[in-house]
Amino acid sequence: MATQALFRIWRGDASGGKFQDYKTEVDEGMVVLDAVHRIQAEQAPDLAVRWNCKAGKCGSCSAEVNGMPKLMCMTRLNQLNLNMPVIIEPMHAFPSIRDLVTDVSWNYRVKKTIKPFKPRSPDAPDGTWRMQQKDVDRVQEFRKCIECFLCQDVCHVLREHHKHDEFIGPRFFVYAAALEMHPLDTEDRVADLKDKYSIGYCNITTCCRQVCPENITITENAIIPLKERVVDKFFDPLKHLFNIL
Amino acid sequence: MAEYRTHPYDVLVIGAGGAGLRAAIEAAASGVKVGVVCKSLLGKAHTVMAEGGVAAAMANVDDRDNWRVHFADTMRGGQYLNNWRMAELHAREAPDRVRELEAWGALFDRTRDGKILQRNFGGHRYPRLAHVGDRTGLEMIRTLQDHGIHSGMDVHMECTVLSLVMDAGRVAGAFGYDREKGHFILWPAKAVVLATGGVGRAFKISSNSWEYTGDGHALAYRAGAELLDMEFVQFHPTGMVWPISVRGILVTEGVRGEGGVLRNSEGKRFMFDDIPDLYKAQTADTEEEGWRYTQGDKDARRPPELLTRDHVARCINREVKAGRGSPHGGVFLDIAWTKERIKDGAEHIKRKLPSMYHQFKQLADIDITKEPMEVGPTTHYMMGGVRVDGDTQMSTIPGLFAAGEVAAGLHGANRLGGNSLSDLLVFGRRAGQYAAEFAKANGAAAVDDAQVQSAAKKAIEPFERGPAGENPYKIQYDLQDSMQELVGIVRLENEMEQALGAIAKLQTRADKVGIDGNRMYNNGWHTAMDLENMLTVSEAITRAALLRKESRGAQFRDDYPDKSAEWAKFNIIARRAESGEMVINKRPVTELPAELKQIIEEMK
Ligand SMILES: Cc1cc2nc3c(=O)[nH]c(=O)nc-3n(C[C@H](O)[C@H](O)[C@H](O)COP(=O)(O)OP(=O)(O)OC[C@H]3O[C@@H](n4cnc5c(N)ncnc54)[C@H](O)[C@@H]3O)c2cc1C
Ligand code: SF4
Ligand code: SF4
Ligand code: FES
Repeated sequence: MATQALFRIWRGDASGGKFQDYKTEVDEGMVVLDAVHRIQAEQAPDLAVRWNCKAGKCGSCSAEVNGMPKLMCMTRLNQLNLNMPVIIEPMHAFPSIRDLVTDVSWNYRVKKTIKPFKPRSPDAPDGTWRMQQKDVDRVQEFRKCIECFLCQDVCHVLREHHKHDEFIGPRFFVYAAALEMHPLDTEDRVADLKDKYSIGYCNITTCCRQVCPENITITENAIIPLKERVVDKFFDPLKHLFNIL
Repeated sequence: MAEYRTHPYDVLVIGAGGAGLRAAIEAAASGVKVGVVCKSLLGKAHTVMAEGGVAAAMANVDDRDNWRVHFADTMRGGQYLNNWRMAELHAREAPDRVRELEAWGALFDRTRDGKILQRNFGGHRYPRLAHVGDRTGLEMIRTLQDHGIHSGMDVHMECTVLSLVMDAGRVAGAFGYDREKGHFILWPAKAVVLATGGVGRAFKISSNSWEYTGDGHALAYRAGAELLDMEFVQFHPTGMVWPISVRGILVTEGVRGEGGVLRNSEGKRFMFDDIPDLYKAQTADTEEEGWRYTQGDKDARRPPELLTRDHVARCINREVKAGRGSPHGGVFLDIAWTKERIKDGAEHIKRKLPSMYHQFKQLADIDITKEPMEVGPTTHYMMGGVRVDGDTQMSTIPGLFAAGEVAAGLHGANRLGGNSLSDLLVFGRRAGQYAAEFAKANGAAAVDDAQVQSAAKKAIEPFERGPAGENPYKIQYDLQDSMQELVGIVRLENEMEQALGAIAKLQTRADKVGIDGNRMYNNGWHTAMDLENMLTVSEAITRAALLRKESRGAQFRDDYPDKSAEWAKFNIIARRAESGEMVINKRPVTELPAELKQIIEEMK
């Protein structure tokens, strides 16, 4: 039942590039990454692609497939229209390294600037803590993040306005939320969120939430509550009403 | 002359999975200068994939548990070929290592009284695995990563180490390249910790990521270190079998821990048919008792689905060979049936096994709350590796340490699920501590530029041959086919002899591998650089498996289907002779001290 399909893959580096067409066989159940691997093995051995687990767990294989930010290893070909070329491009919000691989190191630098976890002193004499499942549920949602950076890729503040120096992007609002709402954490990051990380630039378009492969409710559960904390701390109650609406 | 950059460290850690990060955190805490090198981006190492949990006898769920029981379970699982000292330290220290993660921000699932929840897993007598749903590895690596970046280590992401640099028998650092630009880098170091993980990519059907090409095993071997127990490759009983393109992806043992059962095409729970003597006393007699066990009944014994992995994998193999398999060559794993027993069963399944639900839904169009999964064995874990000292984790080479999957000893002939994540923490920490001590006690070693130049020259040769040379991907695929067929889950002398022939031929082809393009993020080149490592470990696995003329733990030989009392006395060592040949030797198993022997007797 193998059929042929056409893949239009962006090839190039920081100095520029172009789309190149590859025809290859596709079998039942194949994902986009399988097709890329097949092309690599048979036609373009130096085609650059980043991947690790091929199971949707590591967040390495992020790319734009037919314009949609996706994990290539979790995107099945039978969900795409194979009568048309399948267009595969690198993420646009980050500088190109080569072909489908982008330089995501900015994300690692940003994370380092966020104040780390600082627990309260232990609850029990043996140095352990007690927490109820319902109190950790909320933070566990954020900790599902696989750091694929697809949410960063679609956020207009980064993608179109290139505010990388001022704005940390949805991934790191999720990270900050996980710390701020951690039942044991005692650090305060609210002032930083307002001033250093410009959470105010986010206008809740929900683009980030829509592409998250882990289905993290980025906007409603992480960003809005953080914005509320900023408002509570820095603005008067009346303004508060306007800001969250 | 090749050009290279130089980044000197006191302690260089190769690998940023659980073991490498834990080692680096420990070494950095003692005040030495620490560098970490890893092939992929930070936080993406294999550890991220671990699902079921981390084993530690914290006794939060069953107060009968303690380190002695964990020790005895680990030794039984390893069929007594384990390094007893490692098994002891591991069982004693794992609880503290897990609690420490909580102090660094990890959020494990909770018991009713607010402690860390623990679940059942194959071969563990009591519920022992601390977990976060079925994404425990992600929680662990992220915790170590987020803590580690603030502890003063330098991380060199997306760099591959090609060789260790030696100074008169002592390790002097490592040499490699950054994958992004293809520049060469030398990392001189007083001590080196290998934490490179496993070898699963040598087989066709595997749950492992592309990084598992046995680099650390081969680096150590080429530097003259001893490899131990290489014949013991764990095949996990439950990998996905359909669609073909996802074949091998892991289906966590947690599914069976939550009450999932294995059935053949006749609908029979075949695991009840064959229960090994060593485990008879601990296994349920009836389906009902097995179910009660999975639901936390302390008086019930475990269902046979939770027997050790080697055994379950072979039973599945047997059903498939006997024509009682599922349509795509596996058997059925059914968790949907638990809906009969649990209120809101479908929701319960989704909450307990979110990634599994996701994985089957997305990759196979199967709703596991409604239909059974099709599963079959997949290459999963390498028990064999660098032989290390149980306390310090130093290899047979001064200054060279190893921890995590690349090291051997803890698991003996077979690893229990959950014992790897705890291994990473316990021995990662120890390796980091003793590597730092070694670095403090010893000055810098001398780096010989000639070694560096010859490694660089070898790395560039494939470009000189260009696209006319052998295709690296093809060689890799051919090796995977050979190992899968000839040195897989059921082994035979003549097939393994054949495998050695195939490996030798592939080596000749690998010597002629050719690469197109330039050195910037060139996956073809990366694959070419991995080949030699894969070939070396494949040869060591095959030679060790040939020598061990018995079936024990993860090794099953059709021509020697029984355990042998004689072979119970030996481990197997692989070493590189001066001539470059691989030498394989028997090494007597170290005798247990009386008090540990007694623990094992008591727990029988
Ligand atoms: C799907 C799956 C589920 C699992 N579930 C569990 C579980 O529930 N419980 C459990 O205990 N165990 C589990 N395991 C096993 C466990 O995850 C691994 O054994 C463990 O994570 C290995 O950790 P590590 O630190 O040794 O290596 P890894 O996490 O694999 O890290 C290896 C590191 O070495 C680097 N590296 C390798 N070669 C080089 C080189 N040449 N140069 C530079 N860097 C290099 C890599 O980039 C990587 O950073 C599971 C395994 C799999 C595959
Ligand atoms: S909701 Fe905010 S963070 Fe998310 S994409 Fe829109 S602007 Fe960016
Ligand atoms: S929040 Fe979601 S989309 Fe963003 S990095 Fe994490 S997993 Fe990816
Ligand atoms: S390769 Fe890991 S998420 Fe795709």
